[in-house]
Amino acid sequence: MSGTATPAGLDARAAAGAPVELADERLRDVLLGTWRGRISVGLLGFFIFIAIFGSLLAPDDPYASSLDVLAPPSWAHPLGTTEQGSDVLSQLLVGARVSIVVGFAAAAISALLGSIVGLTGGYLGGWPDRILDALENWFLVIPALPLMIVLARLLDPSLGVLILVIGLTSWAGTGRIVRAQVLTLRERAFVERAKALGAGDTYVIRTHILPNTLPLIFANTVLIVAVAILSEAALSFLGLGDPSRISWGTMLENAFDSGAPSAEAWWYVIPPGLCITLLVLSVSVIGFLFEEHINPRLRDDR
Amino acid sequence: MATAEPNGSLIEVRDLAIEFSARGQLARAVDGVSLDWRRGEILGVVGESGCGKSTLARAMLALVEPAAGSVSLRGQVVSGEGAGGRKGVSDLRRRVQMIFQDPYQTLNPRQRVEAIVTEPLRVQGVPEGKHDERVRRALDDVGLDPERYLGRYPHQLSGGQRQRVAIAAALVLEPEGLICDEPVSMLDASVRAQILSVLLELQKRRVLALVFITHDLSLAWSLCDRIAVMYLGRIVEQGSAVDVIERPKHPYTKALVNAVPVPEAGGGGRRELLGGELPDPTAIPPGCRFHPRCPRRFEPCDSVDPSLMPAGGRDQLAACLLHDPAQSSAAKAAADA
Repeated sequence: MSGTATPAGLDARAAAGAPVELADERLRDVLLGTWRGRISVGLLGFFIFIAIFGSLLAPDDPYASSLDVLAPPSWAHPLGTTEQGSDVLSQLLVGARVSIVVGFAAAAISALLGSIVGLTGGYLGGWPDRILDALENWFLVIPALPLMIVLARLLDPSLGVLILVIGLTSWAGTGRIVRAQVLTLRERAFVERAKALGAGDTYVIRTHILPNTLPLIFANTVLIVAVAILSEAALSFLGLGDPSRISWGTMLENAFDSGAPSAEAWWYVIPPGLCITLLVLSVSVIGFLFEEHINPRLRDDR
Repeated sequence: MATAEPNGSLIEVRDLAIEFSARGQLARAVDGVSLDWRRGEILGVVGESGCGKSTLARAMLALVEPAAGSVSLRGQVVSGEGAGGRKGVSDLRRRVQMIFQDPYQTLNPRQRVEAIVTEPLRVQGVPEGKHDERVRRALDDVGLDPERYLGRYPHQLSGGQRQRVAIAAALVLEPEGLICDEPVSMLDASVRAQILSVLLELQKRRVLALVFITHDLSLAWSLCDRIAVMYLGRIVEQGSAVDVIERPKHPYTKALVNAVPVPEAGGGGRRELLGGELPDPTAIPPGCRFHPRCPRRFEPCDSVDPSLMPAGGRDQLAACLLHDPAQSSAAKAAADA
């Protein structure tokens, strides 16, 4: 930084929501600069690896039943067996895929919907904004889980339906954040300057609005991944998941249905619960790191 | 500051009115303004904040739609009543550019200087082969070394450097007119002088017409050929910079001039300072809109709305009943006082 700009003034501007580069301060520093970042990235990487290769690593067929019902951990079954006599570890390894796929795919749908609604409303203003804003408020206010349950009940349970239902119910927050950012960007002098040059709306959105909104969308989407993973677990636990696939949520459902907690079969309950917790935690921490980077007001160090 | 065609107008504003709706009420930010901006001329528009000077600037660039009146570029109406379609507007976009007040807001933080200065050429469809050369020349013109600055982002620049980049981006299309909305009010005094000298230098070299929007009377006086004083959406006085500042004819201009601190022994005689605030533009006073604050108001001021009329110097106009020959001799007496 050369010249006469005062650091205090710059800070105030950044705090006032001035767009901050995500590419400049390298992504690696944001993610791996702290221990909680390193641990979270490691955990997420580990779970993604399991999601891809879990079915190859599984020692047993996760669907195969045996007479060895609710057996505690042993050499044959390191995490014991289920009420059907299936291998818990194998189910755990295979189940990671559903959590990860649903989490990321639903978050992608949510980000896309939220960005389109937020951009359109914020940029156009007027009656389109009022309608979209009312829609956003509606989706923000209604409790998401009951709505998801109703939607999932109405449609045939499958992985695609699960992704769609979670995506459709979680975009409103993103829409709100994007709209707010677009509203401030729209009034910036560089947008007015571009218009005074004769630039069209498409050009203004592509070169001025979107690049200054993307980091925000990105950080927000990572946080939504965590919400989506939890939602998938909740829906599956309630029996609304894809019945043909094992996920950590369905494992918990089966465990509770078969009375595993009262039978003190901890090996059946704790592993999927712990996996869900750790995955959601790591994704959340990564999301918060991005958010802190974009919004320096949240930073408590320095 | 004589130019080749001293009488040709670049932009003519006629009876312009701009309305905004604020909390359900209609506010006239600009209310019946007529103004000529001549080629090669530096025109100052001065007034308190909220008087409508920035809105006037935006209207001159056809960025806001007039409620009444028109804006023409070289005799062709481009905005408002009788506007002649897209051709006129695209002409305006090429020939007249704008510089804004806040150098922190003018530049997109995610574009490098090169992209910022190239943008006008891209938007206006200038062949790509010419971009590099023209961008470099524009940066040279504002005193920034292209080699050092092309690759920088706005946050790597100081306030003065940002404003130079904004000026370069405005100049790269080689416009005939440049509208500067408080271009130096957010800069340090030393940087301010540099930016002003860059602008003046360019004005002379390129025969550029400038509109200077400012609340700083001494700046307008030292810089401008002509000055228009705005109050509550209307021009209350206009004329040559020397006439308007040194021999103001409208009580409002007098009050503004009096409010400028003068380093003079003994305080420089009597000073008339204004009381009160700028009225709400949704509730414009009847008669002369300045009369509630006017130290010289007399009987008809609260009922008769004065238009601009000749007052004193050559081409000097003031919207004040004191200069209306039709008014009583009491007015004359007050004017002479």
